[in-house]
Amino acid sequence: MTRALIIHRAGPGMTVQDAGRPGYLAYGLSRGGAADRLALAEGATLLRQDHGFAAIEMATMGGEFEATEDMRIALTGASMRASIDGTRIAWNASHLLPAGVRLSIGACETGSYGYLHLGGGIATTPTLGSRSAHLAAHIGAAIPGGASLGVGPDPRPADIGQVLDANARFDGGTIRVVPGPQTDFFNITEQERFGAMTFRRDTRGNRMGVRLLCDGDGFHSERGLSVLSEVIVPGDIQITGDGSPFVLLGECQTTGGYPRIGSVLPCDLPIVAQARPGATLRCRFVTLEEGVEAERREETHRKGLRNRLRPLIRDPHRIHDLLSYQLISGVTAGDDLERS
Amino acid sequence: MSSVSATWPRIRRLGVDGFLISFGDRLSEPANRAALAFRATLNRAGWSGVEETSTSLASAYLRFDLTAQDHVAMQAQIEALLAERDWTTASLPDGRRLWRVPTVYGTDLAPQLDEAAAAAGLTRDAAIESISNTQVRVQTIGFAPGQPYLGELPDCWDIPRQTKLSDNVPACALVVAIRQLVLFSVTTPTGWRHIGQTAFRLFRPEADAPFVLRPGDEVQFTPTTPEELANMAARDPDGGATSTVLK
Repeated sequence: MTRALIIHRAGPGMTVQDAGRPGYLAYGLSRGGAADRLALAEGATLLRQDHGFAAIEMATMGGEFEATEDMRIALTGASMRASIDGTRIAWNASHLLPAGVRLSIGACETGSYGYLHLGGGIATTPTLGSRSAHLAAHIGAAIPGGASLGVGPDPRPADIGQVLDANARFDGGTIRVVPGPQTDFFNITEQERFGAMTFRRDTRGNRMGVRLLCDGDGFHSERGLSVLSEVIVPGDIQITGDGSPFVLLGECQTTGGYPRIGSVLPCDLPIVAQARPGATLRCRFVTLEEGVEAERREETHRKGLRNRLRPLIRDPHRIHDLLSYQLISGVTAGDDLERS
Repeated sequence: MSSVSATWPRIRRLGVDGFLISFGDRLSEPANRAALAFRATLNRAGWSGVEETSTSLASAYLRFDLTAQDHVAMQAQIEALLAERDWTTASLPDGRRLWRVPTVYGTDLAPQLDEAAAAAGLTRDAAIESISNTQVRVQTIGFAPGQPYLGELPDCWDIPRQTKLSDNVPACALVVAIRQLVLFSVTTPTGWRHIGQTAFRLFRPEADAPFVLRPGDEVQFTPTTPEELANMAARDPDGGATSTVLK
């Protein structure tokens, strides 16, 4: 049997994702890729494999999985309740998924996007250099229940039991924004009001972007709503017709005519993508220099992830259902030898 | 009218790792040509650290690797290149083609022809004649994969977008607003009016040439009937569209 992962049941927003397709902006195709790119890097680090490998992105809901061969897995991003053959397994960790055994992943407990990584990576046929589904461009599609996905060969089949502490990014927070070419379409009062506002993430949101809600008036551009259609980059915050901000994510359109008040730093975009409906978000304007510095730090963090790996040990203090473990298995009266 | 003013071209930052080089804040043919020519030259220059370039209607865009380059050095290179010539007098890209695209105007395939004609102050027949006799140019590819913005139509077509969006206008639809046409590459909601339907597939992810149209190409939307369009659609992904190289 070929090396594959069978997806017995899939949540509605389950897709294959890697780092996406940069380089096609001029052709109208945004780069797409994993909504939480840091989670992709964390999974690759846990399995000590290439950061370009594709994983399964699970939007809010997990699914039921089975491997045709023994496989290493890692779980990152928004934590979900996961178990192998009924035994709960740790998130942000690597594990062995034995052949034929059921891996169950439930709903998100925090955040919006969880990731299932496989040793060797998902090995579907790339389109335009990437395995990512780009739903808006009709490249690939959501994974249907009953699907079977090929998995690449794994040179380190025994390397499991690693854990990595994830950076907090699953419950909203402050995102840093750099000014852009259209920031001054908004007068200084509007810019300051924007920076002081506490937003809530709307229920409307997907891989293309996330709408933010605010109490009080929407934001007003001096130049009207319709400006010459201009290049869009992921992170851009466009102010739509009703004055509410819409943060564009990886699968956004490539050009647009709504005025944009600024652009979220790429390193803070996972906070936007992972925020659940109702989570609070604040936007803080930073200078270009601060933004560049933050991006460079993020790059260093990503490269250094492997130094943060530690073995997954079952520390009794951290096992909250300690009493359910059979801790006395194998203890005998001590007269075994005499009785044999 | 002079298209070059003291304030253009203008170099601005877009995002934390990009530059937008704009040749105007409204669409004009010289600004569009300048943007296309400047981007082509950027690509040929092969500067280290450049990750991606693109164009919009009147700007070129450059994204670079922050770990390999900094804004000061990058901006100096851009300024030097900009100063090399008057980009608004640049010629159009090489290898441009003229496409003739069979189009069904109106009918239930394109239900907003009458509404658009009325907005333009034309009868339905005059509207079809006006659009189908205008050779429009691909000004930029954007919004969706392979999707062209085409212009410029006669003045009467300076009609606004609808305030309400139409749901799910199909791929290969021809839509109009603000003296421009867009030919949809994917099904999408839109504020533009749906006046024609073609069977010309603009984005073919599995093909050797996934994106069919290029900026600078010219397009004419020639009238056909629903029956002929259905036949052409069944035959090939071009939907009967033909092209010749422009000299």
